[in-house]
Amino acid sequence: MKQFDYVRPATVAEAVAAAAQPGTMYLAAGTNLLDLMKGNVSRPDRLVDVTHLDGLDRIERLADGSLRIGALVSNADLAHDVEFAKAYPVVAEALLSGASAQLRNAATVGGNLLQRTRCAYFYDTASRCNKREAGSGCDAREGENRAHAVLGWSESCIATHPSDFCVPLVALDAVVEIEGRGGRREIALDDLHRLPANTPERESALEPGDLIVGVRLPAAAPGFAAHARYLKVRERTSYAFAIVSAAAALRIENGKVAEARLALGGVAAKPWRARAAEDVLRGVAPTVDAFQEAAWRALVDAKPSGDNAYKIELARRIVVRALTLAAAGTPARIPALPASPFASSGAIHV
Amino acid sequence: MSELNLTSAPAHLRHGSSIGQPLTRRDGVLKVKGQATYAADNHPPGMLFAVMAVSSIARGRVTSLDIAAAKRHPGVVDVMTPDHKPQLAVDPEIKTNPFVFRMEVLQSSEVRYANQPIAVVIAETLEAATEGAVLLAPRYETLPALVGLDAGESFVPPVVGVGNPAENHRGDVEAGLARADKQIDAIYETPPQYHNAMEPHAIVAHWDGDHLSVDMPTQGLMLSLGRIAELFGIAPDKIHIRSPFLGGGFGSKGLMSGPPTLGIMAAKLVGKPVKLVLRREQMYGPVGHRAPTRQRLRIGADAEGRLTALDHHARTVSSMFDDFYEPAADASHTLYAAPAIRTSHDAVRVNTGTPLFMRAPGEATGSIALESAIDEMAWACGMDPVAFRLQNYAEVEPITGKPFSSKALRACYDQGAERFGWAKRSLEPRQMRDDSGHLVGWGMGTATFPALMFQAEARAAIRRDGTGSMEIGAHDMGQGAWTALAQIAADAVGLDIDRVTFKAGTSDLPDAGIAGGSAHTATAGAAIHSAGAAVIAKLADLATNDERSPLFGAGNAGVIARDGRLIRRDDGSRSETYTEILARAGVAEVEAHGTGAPNPAAMDEYAMHAHGAVFAEVKVDPELGQVRVTRMVGAFAAGRIVNPHLVKSQLFGGMIWGMSFALHEEAITDRRSGRIMNANLGEYHIPVNADVPPLDVITVEEHDPHVNALGIKGVGEIGITGSAGAVANAVWHATGVRVRRFPIRIEELLTGV
Ligand SMILES: Cc1cc2nc3c(=O)[nH]c(=O)nc-3n(C[C@H](O)[C@H](O)[C@H](O)COP(=O)(O)OP(=O)(O)OC[C@H]3O[C@@H](n4cnc5c(N)ncnc54)[C@H](O)[C@@H]3O)c2cc1C
Ligand code: SF4
Repeated sequence: MKQFDYVRPATVAEAVAAAAQPGTMYLAAGTNLLDLMKGNVSRPDRLVDVTHLDGLDRIERLADGSLRIGALVSNADLAHDVEFAKAYPVVAEALLSGASAQLRNAATVGGNLLQRTRCAYFYDTASRCNKREAGSGCDAREGENRAHAVLGWSESCIATHPSDFCVPLVALDAVVEIEGRGGRREIALDDLHRLPANTPERESALEPGDLIVGVRLPAAAPGFAAHARYLKVRERTSYAFAIVSAAAALRIENGKVAEARLALGGVAAKPWRARAAEDVLRGVAPTVDAFQEAAWRALVDAKPSGDNAYKIELARRIVVRALTLAAAGTPARIPALPASPFASSGAIHV
Repeated sequence: MSELNLTSAPAHLRHGSSIGQPLTRRDGVLKVKGQATYAADNHPPGMLFAVMAVSSIARGRVTSLDIAAAKRHPGVVDVMTPDHKPQLAVDPEIKTNPFVFRMEVLQSSEVRYANQPIAVVIAETLEAATEGAVLLAPRYETLPALVGLDAGESFVPPVVGVGNPAENHRGDVEAGLARADKQIDAIYETPPQYHNAMEPHAIVAHWDGDHLSVDMPTQGLMLSLGRIAELFGIAPDKIHIRSPFLGGGFGSKGLMSGPPTLGIMAAKLVGKPVKLVLRREQMYGPVGHRAPTRQRLRIGADAEGRLTALDHHARTVSSMFDDFYEPAADASHTLYAAPAIRTSHDAVRVNTGTPLFMRAPGEATGSIALESAIDEMAWACGMDPVAFRLQNYAEVEPITGKPFSSKALRACYDQGAERFGWAKRSLEPRQMRDDSGHLVGWGMGTATFPALMFQAEARAAIRRDGTGSMEIGAHDMGQGAWTALAQIAADAVGLDIDRVTFKAGTSDLPDAGIAGGSAHTATAGAAIHSAGAAVIAKLADLATNDERSPLFGAGNAGVIARDGRLIRRDDGSRSETYTEILARAGVAEVEAHGTGAPNPAAMDEYAMHAHGAVFAEVKVDPELGQVRVTRMVGAFAAGRIVNPHLVKSQLFGGMIWGMSFALHEEAITDRRSGRIMNANLGEYHIPVNADVPPLDVITVEEHDPHVNALGIKGVGEIGITGSAGAVANAVWHATGVRVRRFPIRIEELLTGV
């Protein structure tokens, strides 16, 4: 492994200052970054370990009814926080559908947001990859790409963002709190990840040295708690990234959808908020017909980037199912197989 | 002497007969406590770390390596390359016998597959060696890689598997097809798969003058010893290999491969002990894999659902430089009584590491295709899949016409179907749903695996203190040899298991043959059994020839050994302890050797196979196409069961692997570069706990007087066969969609369901 410097600041200000040097990366739990370093995909000169920063491991309810989740809260602690899971069940279900128990115990909120794509050509340093090395080309475009993007991709890059957590977060209008050289600022999570266009190497709106300190869920988010589900189709029952996933959240009043939230995962370089589909549902009865119309709207711009046309049809069906499940009501407990199509599995009639 | 001496008493001990007892693993506590020393756990003083640099191209030549940059890196001691390495005594390109595979040990700059070792960096730390390997920054002259089943001109290999003819037939297949009422003509594809044993290939090599000490997981201590002796030009008795525990092998640790050889070379080069451990991704190349296949099955059946012909052709691949051909079509030799059978193979050469035996080589790939095709034919004939298989039950081995040494397959079908509740299955697909609307399907498959025997020796002793010992260089890959073979040893010398010192796992012990072909318990067990009989005979001689003994005059066949005593066969009241016999004779111990070997006369006369029937239930989401196996029942007849507990675990493991074959496992090769794109356990999918349903294994009673003295058939591999097809057939039964490319993917079900 390449030799690197390691620093462990105690305060956010020190961390941001330490990250000013070029070639520096923040290290959280390292479940993604250390893998990338071992594979020579990332070769930082300096790691700034943020796991000892004070005050970033808290879940705080703020006066305005919003919720702040510190960047160092572990994926597992967040998902298993009873109050959190009650108010934001779709987020908890998404978290618990990701990775494995061991990884969730370690992985942090900030690291999850900024985890890198799972495109195999990005990991394989002998392949050309515009994201890893700007301008080198994209070997996924004509390669093994059945898992790649169907929305928002460009000829430069067809990779997807793999996070489950981000999908319900973007649906619920989460905001990212950032500490940078110019002080504190915040941006909508929807604006954090960038679509590739001609610069897939620039993955987020963060500037060098920017530290994510927290994620905020607005006061309106718990309003969806009664009708919110995450659904994730994958190649085995657990411990696999989504082929396609969807977070669906509804506010139902008097038998009509007062407000709908819908986002897709595994389809684009960012968690994909489907606003046009949400608009279709506003004010209508939650019926399968309406959900199909929404699904059609959500995928209207989709196009295959390789051997992945099936993902478009799959995404439509997942949208319909996720909305149907949400309309049926959030289960009292998170299912034993979170977000799985087999989350509820009944007796057989022969 | 071996360093391991497991005499701790296992749970569930019953005095008397050890064989047949469900003892837990005797090494289990060591493993749970982390005290079982695997090869890579060894750290002799002064040890250095070696890391392989491997090729990122699949075909071409290495044109440069930045050796200076690697050597400048702090901690790097040396870089072994084709120009700077110890000389071997024989050319690694020469096949000195059919069990020798060509290997890459830096003999040239040519690259023949991706992940081929191209240099070895030796350093004081693993980190320094790893970075040194990166700093080599190889440059290549790259040629277009040959990839996939259509990469080039096909040819008929001289042999497939281990010495089987590539083509075989009985009867007239074309005539059989012509007179058939129903015909199936279908093509099935299976992907490349990698063994992926939990424990990576590893070696700690230590030269002391011309003596070599090696810690290395191996399924074949003596084969490895012989190969090392040959490669390094030293006498076998100067080499000591320790392999007490393997974290799985599945065939990939059977024969000496390139990486451990490089470890020994590196130790020689630097004159210090060296450790070399493969990274997970480096296991996708130089240490074997299961080759992909494309199989065409043409089957005919008459109006009563009787097979008229079975034609099974398999296309596979081998490497550019050596020959191993997955004998997939041979799976059609034994199971179904078609009057005409033809099996054939052809192959193309591609830029891959040489394929190798991988758990049920040929049987697994062939079984999923055959069991799918048989299922398709049952449906075409309008028959229940079990009824169809019974209609075509082979009373004698179809391809040879030989009777079976034993075959309790009917009982497997009956007991498995009964336990599963098969009778309630709808004939038509897509008829069953659960409460949440998921499609439910039931499928089954027949399992079979040959009952093989290799050669082995064992040494038994009985001591004056009334204890015994049994020594055999056997291998425990996790299957439980430390326990099962010790059980056989205990019975062989007529002692309780805690009175017998059982030694195994090192190369200074008698040759136990290879732990492969599901034949290790049978082969090593036969040797142990015979060594035990021989030592008891010596002891009996001492007693029955001595007037002072109550056994005097009984003749050595006139006594039996039990509980540390010899007892007159015709008069149970006359007996004597081992201690009494040896004390009176003034002997500290008696010792004897025994051998285990196949019986050629029995093999000429009988076909020898284990059998089974596997039943699977799957649920399929009707819109989303995701599949989940919810129940499996396997009934297996495999001769004598030495330890039911361990046997169940083997069969569970096989069934899970079968399900993995049908639904998960696949190495994805980039069609342009020939590199494997998912060479890690995150993306090379195998079932996780959430995928594994409740499993139920029935071992069907079977007595086989012909296979070997103990009647053991072996259970290591059979569990995969039948299971893979059962899951695939259940997916069809759930959905009505017949997927013929494995693993079954969501997109293939999406359009159908
Ligand atoms: C085998 C495997 C399977 C997985 N499966 C899934 C899955 O199914 N679904 C899923 O969603 N995820 C999955 N993951 C990914 C997992 O969720 C991420 O690895 C994890 O969330 C990253 O968190 P971390 O704290 O370890 O981040 P790190 O690895 O430490 O960091 C990741 C990146 O974020 C940056 N970073 C970290 N914290 C901050 C911060 N506060 N401010 C600015 N930058 C920061 C780092 O510099 C780095 O670039 C899987 C991972 C593995 C290894
Ligand atoms: S899809 Fe993107 S990440 Fe993958 S190889 Fe192309 S540029 Fe790189």
